[in-house]
Amino acid sequence: MGSNGNAVYLRGITKTYVSGLSRVFALRGVDLDVHMGELLMLVGPSGCGKTTLISVVAGILDHDEGENLVFGNDLRTMSQSKKTAFRGTNLGFVFQTYNLIPSLTTIENVSIPLLILGQQRKSALSRSREMLEAVGLGDKLNALPAALSGGQQQRVAIARALVHNPRLIVCDEPTSALDADTGRIVMEVLRHTALAENRALIIVTHDNRIFHFADRIARMDDGRIVLVEPQVATS
Amino acid sequence: MYRIALKMLMGDRGKYVGLIMGLTFAALLITQQSAIFTGLMTRTYSFINDLSQPDIWVMDPKVQFIDDIKPLQDTELFRVRGVTGVEWAVPLYKGLLKARLEDGNFQIVNVLGLDDATLIGGPPQMIQGHLSDLRRQDAVIVNDVGAATRLARRPKGEGGKPIPLQVGDVLEINDRRAVVVGISKVSRTFQSQPVIYTTYTRATNFAPRERKLLSFVLVKAADGVNPTELVQRIKQSTGLAAYTAQEFKDLSYNFYMKSTGIPINFGIAVMLGFLIGTAIAGQTFYNFTLENLRYFGTLKAMGTTNGVLLRMILLQALVVGVLGFGLGVGSASLFGYLMKETELAFRLVAEILFFAGGAIFLIVILSALISIRKVMKLEPAIVFKT
Repeated sequence: MGSNGNAVYLRGITKTYVSGLSRVFALRGVDLDVHMGELLMLVGPSGCGKTTLISVVAGILDHDEGENLVFGNDLRTMSQSKKTAFRGTNLGFVFQTYNLIPSLTTIENVSIPLLILGQQRKSALSRSREMLEAVGLGDKLNALPAALSGGQQQRVAIARALVHNPRLIVCDEPTSALDADTGRIVMEVLRHTALAENRALIIVTHDNRIFHFADRIARMDDGRIVLVEPQVATS
Repeated sequence: MYRIALKMLMGDRGKYVGLIMGLTFAALLITQQSAIFTGLMTRTYSFINDLSQPDIWVMDPKVQFIDDIKPLQDTELFRVRGVTGVEWAVPLYKGLLKARLEDGNFQIVNVLGLDDATLIGGPPQMIQGHLSDLRRQDAVIVNDVGAATRLARRPKGEGGKPIPLQVGDVLEINDRRAVVVGISKVSRTFQSQPVIYTTYTRATNFAPRERKLLSFVLVKAADGVNPTELVQRIKQSTGLAAYTAQEFKDLSYNFYMKSTGIPINFGIAVMLGFLIGTAIAGQTFYNFTLENLRYFGTLKAMGTTNGVLLRMILLQALVVGVLGFGLGVGSASLFGYLMKETELAFRLVAEILFFAGGAIFLIVILSALISIRKVMKLEPAIVFKT
């Protein structure tokens, strides 16, 4: 088995949560490919296993069975420290609640992935400034997250996810806390700034207002991918 | 990343101030109580410090500390003088006697009778008059604190200030006239009574009739004679107890350490400061970590190693520890400065700073460990939970 050049190659992924005597099957043998240069949306009802699946893909949760290759690297066989280093270099995260550190300015928040990789503060801030300008927040460099609107905070989070030029961006409900217009702006930023030939995006969402931004949509139910359908991007 | 750790810490003003206050309180309590304890224990031998001239103190073998007077016969003085290697040996009377003040009130005073000829053992500093004035009739020298407080004349009207005892004033000690000829400054001792210096003969006249009145024999070793060897010779020749000044200080200090409740009382206060500090700092720091768990999880998901997170938390703990320690010790020093003219025993020495620093370091490390454990065990997948 191999990844065949895919960004993500999943075969037979299972994950079970044990709580006391009961076992909950979160993933029941998921097969999925995510291609380079593709924006894939993972949709489905609450509790169907979407978040568990992106946690496994992102290497922040260990799965039980199956093959999980991200850029050809088998995450299951990696040590925790290698997995941590792999995430730092190759992954960017966008969260539903932004997860910006409240006491840091926007530029400092954006610079974190570069600092984790050991870059000097000065050059990290310089690169972060460029990134914030790219998402339209060049005038908010020194604002604290609390002074920004929800849409602006999510754009800061996108800048943070992209600043170190990762090859895979994982987004968890990036628009669910935003109104329709703001959600559309955020998706446009994601689509235009984040998507590139050498990068893939996986977006977990409930928000059917943004489905048209996807290249493909994978529908999940009860821990399985039940349908993968192409979607024509309209913007 | 360490700058980020500090900004995370200082960004939450409430918790940041709470943490520092908790540690400040702990450092204050530990330093202040330790300094008072040290001050008190120093007073157990400050009288010996004030008498710098003798190398050796000779006394009854049953004496346990400086204020434990078990008098000797006057003839013992001559036996000590006869020991080879003694340059000089002089008598010292020390006893608590009753003084009658001008207004008829009585006050217990600590009377010291110095060798009539040499006046060895006099106060370390004279404020008014001269030590040699003790040779005048009925002369006594009073310490300044005693003169200004317990021996002071009571004000006539309500709210008036006491009038300190002055040179020329007269009081009665055991119905015998005593004229103040000088005011001295002496170190505060464990006993808080006024200190009155006079000659040995006059002191024994003040004292109630007893067969034995000699409290101590003060000895100077001849040039080239080792005081420790002389101590042994005096013991062997006289059968009395003899100590170098340092040994006698240690004897007095150890008596108070072993036979009084002082160490345990202060120990409890210091322990309480430590426990309260640990509880406040530990809980606040843990709450701070819990509230920032999402961000630690985010950092972990983005590739921060456990080692870096551990160092970030330790840095946060050390910063609040250093600030709390500085403020606590500063407050304790200010307290000591403000109290320096009072009866309070307060002695802040370098050892206390090291001790308090060690205790605060232990508190912050214990507090940090609880938080570190939580962060180390944190699953980065927490970041996807809302």
